[in-house]
Amino acid sequence: MVSHYDLSRTFEIKGRDFSKAGYVSINIKEILRELGIDPVIVRRVAIASYEAEMNVVMYASKGEMALKLNPKVIQITLEDEGPGIENIDMAMQEGYTTATDEIREMGFGAGMGLPNIKKNADVFELKSTVGKGTSYNIVIYLNSKGNV
Amino acid sequence: MEKCDGRMKCLRVCPTQAIRIRNGKAVILEEKCIDCGECITTCPNEAIVALTDPLGERSRFKYTVAIPSPALYAQFGRSILPDKILAGLKKIGFDDAYDLAITCGDTSLAIEHFLDEYNGPKPLISNCCPSVVSLIQVRYPQLVDHIIPIKLPKRLAAREIKERKAKELGLKPDEIGTFYITPCPVKMIAIKQPSSEKECYIDGAISIADIYDPLLSALESEDEGNYRKSLESVCILGIGWAVAGGMHRTQKLKNVLDVSGITEIIKTFDDIERGKLQNIDLVVAYTCPQGCVGGSLTMENRYISYNKIIRLLETLEEENIEACRDKREIRERYRQKYFHRQQKYEPRPIRALDEDLGKAIEKQRKKDEIYDSLPKIDCGICGAPTCMTFAKDVVKGDSQLSDCIFNIPNRLRELTSELSNLLDTFGSIGESEGQKSSKEK
Ligand SMILES: Nc1ncnc2c1ncn2[C@@H]1O[C@H](COP(=O)(O)OP(=O)(O)O)[C@@H](O)[C@H]1O
Ligand code: SF4
Ligand SMILES: [Mg+2]
Repeated sequence: MVSHYDLSRTFEIKGRDFSKAGYVSINIKEILRELGIDPVIVRRVAIASYEAEMNVVMYASKGEMALKLNPKVIQITLEDEGPGIENIDMAMQEGYTTATDEIREMGFGAGMGLPNIKKNADVFELKSTVGKGTSYNIVIYLNSKGNV
Repeated sequence: MEKCDGRMKCLRVCPTQAIRIRNGKAVILEEKCIDCGECITTCPNEAIVALTDPLGERSRFKYTVAIPSPALYAQFGRSILPDKILAGLKKIGFDDAYDLAITCGDTSLAIEHFLDEYNGPKPLISNCCPSVVSLIQVRYPQLVDHIIPIKLPKRLAAREIKERKAKELGLKPDEIGTFYITPCPVKMIAIKQPSSEKECYIDGAISIADIYDPLLSALESEDEGNYRKSLESVCILGIGWAVAGGMHRTQKLKNVLDVSGITEIIKTFDDIERGKLQNIDLVVAYTCPQGCVGGSLTMENRYISYNKIIRLLETLEEENIEACRDKREIRERYRQKYFHRQQKYEPRPIRALDEDLGKAIEKQRKKDEIYDSLPKIDCGICGAPTCMTFAKDVVKGDSQLSDCIFNIPNRLRELTSELSNLLDTFGSIGESEGQKSSKEK
């Protein structure tokens, strides 16, 4: 794992605030675009960070997302304060969701978030303590095409 | 741009932050501009004008044909029907006028066939608004493969007209001038630099606003004719192209999402980029609110002309009038790839902070530092729309930190210290002449 990052940014996410939902991942996407990162990678990061962000909005009370990157790797971490996840294996399954009807009426909660993060990340680690919170570690490598 | 008095209204409405005020006048950064026309609509001085060709351009040709966007029909609605408008265009000097709604109708059918057999990434995105295509190329390069690869009706029509008329009249195709009557500057730009197809068969564009007055007077002298017969010549599928939701409604497409207005489009494209909306087959998007009836070069209020089209559609629906081309014929043409675009849409991503990723990261950090030092009130006096874009301009070397008025105290402090240094130097002049001359070197 690379320990030295050239750029680092943190973003606050408020739980239950659907009006602002998605802004953090858009911000991250804009930064990567400005850096000239390969659009394919930008999209993978956009998807993974959006799903992570939405899970805080939907399930937790608040969270902090961090973007760290150097010319080789992009890392997104997320720490939230919330109910935590009881059974991570189950949560990772496609279609598994505990979203309320109300959330599903808004078009969220298809149970595809975590599987999508996994699909788009090179490394995805999920840790959780029930009653305290959840932490995500998402890593995406920039190959030689990282800078176009 | 002479009329621009630097009021900065356009600065804020530009969805891609492509406008800067330099020396008191607005300038447009070409690489970022998607030709949406928002600045034209908002400018109080009409200083930003679209580059449409004046009517005079027609004299270059031996024979001229007007090809009006269905948005022209929307200016008049049920009161003056398309065939009368086409006759009016001939009165004001065109040798012929072609009903583009027919080709739009053909294209609607082709789109339906394409959707039926498509199994690539979803949703597809319509290409009928060139500004939407530019937005994707500039801001969503990853979505270029979602743009539907079907040719635009006005291109298909212009080509057909040139070939047919050349044969009929014994002229060369380039002696026949095809003029698109446009609701927006976009289409003009897309005509002048066809980003896509190798050859372009449209010779010029004239805005609806420019043609409106002469056309209206020509229409006044037009006799009533048989209204029912006129109505029966309207292609309902093509008329729908003038408004957001029109294609969807007239063709009863399932699973289509209609979006109009740049802010709504950006929200929708953000969702698509994140992998949402995959259950939708096609997103039909128009950057102008309500569709092309809302184009910046139209005359009528966009909500009124929207209603005029809807009323006309209702009438046609009630009377069961379609008047479009034979479906089997279109299917045959579709099979022969008549409607397919050969070339792919290419991304047009914005210039990165630096070509080298390491250096770009460094500049990104520098940009954060600059941004932190700014007041973050987006006052626009520096000429950039937001403090953030200003910080970006500074690291790119396009602006100077001193362009921000809130940096004037700092700048003053610097000047004051320079001045006092200078005074110190002069103060010592009397003491030693030799020292002064050595300093002058
Ligand atoms: N940050 C989180 N805090 C608490 N529970 C979470 C968190 N992230 C995910 N979960 C749990 O994992 C489940 C699956 O998540 P996900 O795959 O994103 O699908 P969805 O969000 O559609 O339910 C959620 O329904 C929720 O129970
Ligand atoms: S919606 Fe129509 S009028 Fe408006 S920019 Fe697009 S093509 Fe032009
Ligand atoms: Mg989720």
